[in-house]
Amino acid sequence: MTKLIMTVNGKKVSRDVPDETLLSEFLRESLRLTGTHVGCDTTQCGACVVHVNGTAVKSCSVLAVSLNGESVTTIEGLADGGQLHPMQKAFNDNHGLQCGFCTPGMIMASVDLVAKAKAAGRKLSEDDIRHGLEGNICRCTGYHNIVKAVAQAASEM
Amino acid sequence: MNANVGIGARVKRKEDRRFITGKGKYTDDVRVENQAYAAFVRSPHAHARVKSIDTSAALAAEGVIDVLNGKQLTGDGIGNIICGWAITSKDGSPMNMGPWSALATDRVRYVGDAVAVVVAESAAVARRAAELVEVDYEVLPGVSSAVKAMNKGAPQVHDNAPGNLIYDWEIGDAAATDAALAKAAHVTELCLTNNRLAPNPMETRSAVAIYDESEDHYTLYTTSQNPHVARLVLSAFYNVAPEHKLRVIAPDVGGGFGSKIYIYPEEITCLWASMKTGRSVKWTSDRSEAFMTDAHGRDHSSVAKIGFDANNRIVGLKVDTVANFGAYMSLFSSAVPTYLYATLLSGQYDIANIHCNVRAVYTNTVPVDAYRGAGRPEACYLVERIIETAARELKVDPAELRRTNFIRSFPHQTPVIMNYDVGDFDANLEQAIKAADVAGFAKRKAASAKAGKLRGLGYSSYIEACGIAPSAAVGSLGAGVGLWESAEVRVNPVGTIEILTGSHSHGQGHETTFAQIVAERFDLPIENISIVHGDTDKVQFGMGTYGSRSGAVGMSAIVRAMDKVEAKVKKIAAHVLEASEDDIVIEGGQVKVAGTDKAMGWHEVGLSAYTAHNLPPDMEPGLKESAFYDPANFTFPAGTYICEVEVDPETGAVRIDRFTASDDFGTIINPMIVEGQVHGGIAQGIGQALLEQVIYDENGQLITGSYMDYAMPRADDLPSYSVHHASTVCPNNPLGIKGCGEAGAIGSPPAVINAITDAIGNNNLSMPATPLAVWKALQAAGK
Ligand code: FES
Ligand code: FES
Repeated sequence: MTKLIMTVNGKKVSRDVPDETLLSEFLRESLRLTGTHVGCDTTQCGACVVHVNGTAVKSCSVLAVSLNGESVTTIEGLADGGQLHPMQKAFNDNHGLQCGFCTPGMIMASVDLVAKAKAAGRKLSEDDIRHGLEGNICRCTGYHNIVKAVAQAASEM
Repeated sequence: MNANVGIGARVKRKEDRRFITGKGKYTDDVRVENQAYAAFVRSPHAHARVKSIDTSAALAAEGVIDVLNGKQLTGDGIGNIICGWAITSKDGSPMNMGPWSALATDRVRYVGDAVAVVVAESAAVARRAAELVEVDYEVLPGVSSAVKAMNKGAPQVHDNAPGNLIYDWEIGDAAATDAALAKAAHVTELCLTNNRLAPNPMETRSAVAIYDESEDHYTLYTTSQNPHVARLVLSAFYNVAPEHKLRVIAPDVGGGFGSKIYIYPEEITCLWASMKTGRSVKWTSDRSEAFMTDAHGRDHSSVAKIGFDANNRIVGLKVDTVANFGAYMSLFSSAVPTYLYATLLSGQYDIANIHCNVRAVYTNTVPVDAYRGAGRPEACYLVERIIETAARELKVDPAELRRTNFIRSFPHQTPVIMNYDVGDFDANLEQAIKAADVAGFAKRKAASAKAGKLRGLGYSSYIEACGIAPSAAVGSLGAGVGLWESAEVRVNPVGTIEILTGSHSHGQGHETTFAQIVAERFDLPIENISIVHGDTDKVQFGMGTYGSRSGAVGMSAIVRAMDKVEAKVKKIAAHVLEASEDDIVIEGGQVKVAGTDKAMGWHEVGLSAYTAHNLPPDMEPGLKESAFYDPANFTFPAGTYICEVEVDPETGAVRIDRFTASDDFGTIINPMIVEGQVHGGIAQGIGQALLEQVIYDENGQLITGSYMDYAMPRADDLPSYSVHHASTVCPNNPLGIKGCGEAGAIGSPPAVINAITDAIGNNNLSMPATPLAVWKALQAAGK
């Protein structure tokens, strides 16, 4: 057990956590932030992506206690109050989701992809987006509309 | 009319908000008071006798509530898992269904077969304790290939299925087909395998079972495409609880693709274990368990012969198929390689003689059942590959060979049961040819050649059958259920509407499209309409969502219920407004007397129905109607897909340069959602063609047990798709809908393989066309 203090979606949280707890488990079970999904057990699917200090991380691949003092943003913390993030809106505008299970991870990964490109002053091509989302599996959409959504958000973010 | 939200409008999805904000509610998100967790003890062997199970160490572990086994389960009268479609062999004998207990008692038959369940205070404790259960196995030889399982001396999976044969079935006229082939001017022969796939919805299966002792009542939250069917089967066959004491809720479900139709051992066991332990029992599959235990799809081996006369007209098609069923017969398994496969072997072509023989075979692998398309992709793959191969042998343009043989007059009776009601196969072929710029292909091929690449183009003109029906007909073919759908339309006193539907949405967008047909019919804002589904306590009944049936069957039921509501609304308005019913029109939120200024608000009619102060004599109060809709026939979506690939001869790597689809889905309610269904289907089809394959070793050890070994299509593997429609309206349901959920997965694999074989000049190529497979085929072709 470790006493874990973390900022999650802008709020300080503090919990006693068994050392072997994954961040995904901590978010889902301890904090009941169930928007972060778990789709695999080999860090391959990306359903669990959250931001740690602003960078996309597969939350199934890190121990919660290793992030003592860090700041985590989950899909629940992405919208600004009632105002959807441009990436969330773009997924709705472009029908970038069907069953919605991959969506939280896909959106969090896409936000990071666009933000990194912006910071580097790069414009994302369709190929860049496809390549950038390689770590996120969607079984429903065939990616076509996800790629469109990310391109739209990239022009708005 | 409400042009922005009605039929044909690209309405953005109403359900999206909860998903994009992380507020979706999936089964694993459910946690109840006093929650306990289950973990299963599974066989590591493909085939073994269970000599003994020692649970003492697990029981002694801290946090373990109980460890339960198969003998206890069967001792409590929990019934065997059944297959719900009876198929009769050609010699008249019934199919050989082997017993399948939710927890194995004396024998395990595939890797992952569960023998015991641990219930504990946490999921982690349950998992660790499951490893402490000691099972003494006597390992038996196993077999994973269906063809080998039929060999003399092969391991026997079930005692009551000699030679592992479940059935040996046929359709069509063998003698007439043989005679036609004997006289044919040209015969093309092809051996094909349809690779075994793991459905892989991104949400794994999950169950939360709650037993309420005070009421002797059970609630099951589960990842189901058909919660009412689950309840029916759980109660009528598995004796878990009587139907009126069992509530099944399928909340948000993260994709299904067929794999969540069935009622699996884990759901049954969780319900039973909740009663045994007096605790709510939760289980969520991890991905490794999903690969081991979710029903797989496809896995056919076929030999086919097609004959042509001197004018290139098809005279006969003969097919011999072996279907791998895995270790047990899953719920719809028997129907897949028979009535969902062999009945589609006529494709889009006028073929006088067809014969198909199907042998269904047990092996030591996980059960195989319907996966997106279910039988129809296997039929389409066979027909479209053999016709393309024949075109190459006959040295005719593959599009021309298709045109020569297209069915053009409807209704058309095929020799294999199906009666095609309507279609325009030419329109979709020509539209696809134009959209794919086939005219410019030669130029592109030359450019590729200059760059040292091989370019190829492949067609696939698919037809499929959706909305399996009518119930009486499928019953006569062996189905254990009816295949209608039910709906209820509730107009509230304030005029808002709830639609309760037996269809289940797990990504298909029903909350939007179903609301669109109601908004259009009653000319109301779409926000005033909500769709309720997935809960047996709310919805009267339902057969659920699979086989692309929610549009053609589910929406038709809503239309029928709306017909009744409309009739009552008109009666009420006519009475209040003192006019004739025939003069009443519903428009712009009002119920009016046509040509006058006499009108009531829609909500006023709702209120009148419930206050009941001024209703026509003999009319019952309230404004809520229900309907059960049983379709008159299958529907037949059809279309043409064209795939263009570039192959790197050095590495065998395939790049899909363009993929074009032209589909006939009948009436389209929301083109945005329909296109999304096509995209997803094509991606799964390309996945089958290029990447995906479940591999067992010879004895039945699962090799592809995770995303490290099973290649899922990723964004980088796929192109953008060019999707078009050329529709004919289905005459057999009120909206003219055909269905669109599976077409992409059905039509695309042969288009991809035809394109690659065109590029490499070798027709002998199997799915998945991995770089290695393509490279080998290139070497064999001497390129
Ligand atoms: S759950 Fe984290 S990558 Fe799949
Ligand atoms: S929307 Fe279902 S997995 Fe992506």
